[in-house]
Amino acid sequence: MGKLFAVVVTLIALASATIFALHIWWVPPDISTHGSRIDRQLNETMVVAGVLFVGAQLALAFFVWRFGASATARPIKSFPGGPTPMVVLATVLVGAEILVLTLVGSKVWADVYQTPPAPGALQIEMQAEQFAFYFRYAGADGRFGAMHPELMNDASENFFGLDLANDTTARDDIVVGSLVIPVNQPIVLRMHSKDVNHSFYVPELRIQQDIVPGLVIPLHFTATTPGKYELVCTQLCGLGHYNMRAFVEVKTRSDFDQWLKEKAAAL
Amino acid sequence: MTHGVTTAHAQPQSFLRRHVFSVDHKVIGRQYLDLALVAVVTGMVLSWIMRFHLGWPETPVPGLGKLAPTGAAGGVITPEYYLALMTMHGTIMVFFVLTTAPFAGFGNFFLPLHVGAEDMAFPRINMMSFWVTLLAFLVLLSAFFIGDGPPLSGWTAYAPLSAVGKDAGPGQGVGQTLWAVSIAMFCVAQLLGSLNFIATTLDLRTRGMSLARLPFATWAWFITSVIGLIAFAVLMPACILLILDRVAGTSFFIPAGLVISDRLQPHAGGSPLLWQHLFWFFGHPEVYIAILPGFGIVSQILPVFARKPLLGPRVFIVCLIAIAFLSYTVWGHHMFLSGMNPVSATLFSVPTLVITIPATIICLLWIGTLYGARLRFTAAALFALGFVSVFVSGGISGFFLAQPSTDIYLHGTYFVVAHFHFVMGVAAMFGIFAGTYFWFPKMFGRMMNETLGKWHFWLTFIGVYCVFMPMHYLGLAGNVRRYSAFTDDYLQPLIPLHRFITIAALFTGAVQLIFLYNLIRSRLRGPVAPANPWEATTLEWSTSSPPPHDNFGGHPPVVTHGPNEFGGAGPRDYVMQAEPQ
Amino acid sequence: MSTAVLPPAPTLPGRSVATADGGPERRVAETGVWIAIGTISMSFAALTSALVVRQSSGADWQHLHLPALLYVNTLVLLFSSMTLELSRRRLGSFGLHATLILGILFLVGQGLAWRQLAAQNLHLATGPSSAFFYVFTVLHALHVLGGLGGLGLVERRLAAGALSRTTFKAAALYWHFMALLWLYLLALLTIRG
Repeated sequence: MGKLFAVVVTLIALASATIFALHIWWVPPDISTHGSRIDRQLNETMVVAGVLFVGAQLALAFFVWRFGASATARPIKSFPGGPTPMVVLATVLVGAEILVLTLVGSKVWADVYQTPPAPGALQIEMQAEQFAFYFRYAGADGRFGAMHPELMNDASENFFGLDLANDTTARDDIVVGSLVIPVNQPIVLRMHSKDVNHSFYVPELRIQQDIVPGLVIPLHFTATTPGKYELVCTQLCGLGHYNMRAFVEVKTRSDFDQWLKEKAAAL
Repeated sequence: MTHGVTTAHAQPQSFLRRHVFSVDHKVIGRQYLDLALVAVVTGMVLSWIMRFHLGWPETPVPGLGKLAPTGAAGGVITPEYYLALMTMHGTIMVFFVLTTAPFAGFGNFFLPLHVGAEDMAFPRINMMSFWVTLLAFLVLLSAFFIGDGPPLSGWTAYAPLSAVGKDAGPGQGVGQTLWAVSIAMFCVAQLLGSLNFIATTLDLRTRGMSLARLPFATWAWFITSVIGLIAFAVLMPACILLILDRVAGTSFFIPAGLVISDRLQPHAGGSPLLWQHLFWFFGHPEVYIAILPGFGIVSQILPVFARKPLLGPRVFIVCLIAIAFLSYTVWGHHMFLSGMNPVSATLFSVPTLVITIPATIICLLWIGTLYGARLRFTAAALFALGFVSVFVSGGISGFFLAQPSTDIYLHGTYFVVAHFHFVMGVAAMFGIFAGTYFWFPKMFGRMMNETLGKWHFWLTFIGVYCVFMPMHYLGLAGNVRRYSAFTDDYLQPLIPLHRFITIAALFTGAVQLIFLYNLIRSRLRGPVAPANPWEATTLEWSTSSPPPHDNFGGHPPVVTHGPNEFGGAGPRDYVMQAEPQ
Repeated sequence: MSTAVLPPAPTLPGRSVATADGGPERRVAETGVWIAIGTISMSFAALTSALVVRQSSGADWQHLHLPALLYVNTLVLLFSSMTLELSRRRLGSFGLHATLILGILFLVGQGLAWRQLAAQNLHLATGPSSAFFYVFTVLHALHVLGGLGGLGLVERRLAAGALSRTTFKAAALYWHFMALLWLYLLALLTIRG
């Protein structure tokens, strides 16, 4: 029975670790300027975790194999050094790893969430609601019209609650259902929620941020590869949560300018 | 000279007083375990329906259409019903299984025995806590049948989704209020329970039972009670504030200007993040409440079947205390991306990673205990050993989530689901299984069937790895959690893996029937159990199986040894705690 | 007046106090009350932090002027603590009766204060400051009600000649804590409400 336990644990540990190592299911290619640092952190953590995981499971398996009850009553032996090697191993080995990972990781985190956006970043606003994302661009005047909750109306597609009758800054705002951005352009996304908590997640962009009603949460990033990527909601927001999706369309500079011009003309 | 409490209650005579409204901690402990058994079956069936729907969303579940005509017309679940099932699954499992069975269940039965007392310090309050818990469970279940169904906001019930009322969606009317009332009642019951555990451990220890000689499980229950005392004391007012927001028009958690279902909500000024802070200040210690008794049970069981002492018993206790203390400093790691100040994320990540150290030490102590052992492979032993394996697996995935930088990608994905299911849904369950196989003879005076137990172990052990290890891979691929269906393009290639998980889950669930059958059959026809079938040392094994009404037959034990005396040479390789000098 | 509290038993190892039948009784009641004090404090601490956060999160906090009646109620509660201590030390039941009456008076006074506020159109949902005022004072009053129940138990046992020092001390401890908690809430609501 002990030998069976050892074999099963070993097989499980090795099989799981192999699947991780071979990247059979893995993160999609990174299209952001900060993503490579996150990926490096992820890979380093994976190596550390893998060593600890396989090491612990194999140690467990080996001891269970070796120390099953046997016919000849072997004398009981205590682990050499008592608990001290465990304490030292855990504190030094794990503690040291923790220290390194935390120090490096905190810089990666700060890069994304604690640094100001690059100057000249393109400002885009986002409204998250049950169950869609909407985006708006400032238009020719470069200013966003004020948002009025009492004017928000999905049927008339006034997702941002703009006072088009009286607010001149609002009239040229371009409101769309996709996040269209130029490649290699720093973006500042100011995120609002109309109703409940939502979250903005684009796996390829290596970015995620909850959107809290009552707060305006800024997020900045730069995309490096043109293409169409899915943006999904990751904060449970109601029955349509699974379906709450938009697309991030990263266009070349000229394509983006063309698109923006067409949208402005259609207003 | 007697040292126990003078018997406040002689053995009652009526059936009701002996088996239903009993103040005997042993009856109360069994009642909690029975409640947890009903709860875990309920929670598991909910998860089968959920997993089936995820794998085959258009296929009707046989019979479900009749049970839930609104939520599952024709047997196919609506998105809101999926979320409702998910909310109830989480709530039932976390509260009525993982907080109830290893802590209220085994703790109530064995803590007084472990300390050598005749009963808990406050037997009537103890009885009350069980009945309040049961009532809370019934209130929660009533959400299935009242109004438009159970809430869909998850067991975490984030505001404002949970606070604004029925505009937010089906189940968010009376269902959510019932949820909040149920949880508030549960908090009260737990606080009363903790009161009993702490007072009994401090005041009712028999002669010779110093704190240093307490069994490891009792240390774990004691420390868990202290954690609970503070944690549940925070959740209860949070639930009260939530209920007030829902029914009394206050705005603790609801900001101004919300437009839901095209209606401008009449609230203003509240903070959704306040709910998250209050909830997780409770929620993180809660997961340690769920696992610490398992630590204690494993530390209690391993030496018995290894026939040698636990390695580093004092270190173990210190680590438990360190974990308990640190558990209050880490709650923000559930909120890295919540919109709170990003600096806080780094601050919270430090103690989160530090808490790994005592947890690692404990795992190494267990593994080190096996060195030089003479292992006996009973079902209880296998589950204890399996606990080590699955806890290591679950704990290590925490590494990724504890760092804000990697959490950016993994938050809200199946990686999180994998992590907490391994540590709670698997490890904590293994602790419950180990405790059951170990203590069943003492509780019921009969032995469980070992062959069935071993089959139960092997199929479950392999099954849970097949269910939850693949979820890490899903998370790495960016599969978002709490989705009732996978309609996004990037999720399509992952559906075969989901189907594999569903099949594994249904299989592993079916395997539990072996356990259920074993429980029932052994109760009725198991071989009679001796007082100490495992040759263990703690006080419960020095009395009959099951113990008499006053635990020690009017002769409180005098303790002369600690609980860890195994591995001697000679025909008897252990010394019992109440061994005469 | 009968002083039906029993003298302490001969000393035994461990902490023990006499019971009516002369056997030893551990101080579980007192331990229990200390634990309860800890947990109740934690609940009110959580609500305090909720108040602080709410105050800074919305710009709509309007300071609530506490009705003067509250200060009268405070004196009543403090006085009731005094009479309880007198009763406990001199072992007289008159003080105990006085405490019960003063306790009920306190609750009535709180009810009147709530009605005064309601008359000024300050209800639970009027604004955050009134919401917190009601939440704090109602929860405190409910705990005081529980304390009255405990004192009622003490009084019954005293009359039956079956009251132990421990039980009396435990009930008194809880009651004094109610007064202390009230002083804290008064300060909190005055300064930050």
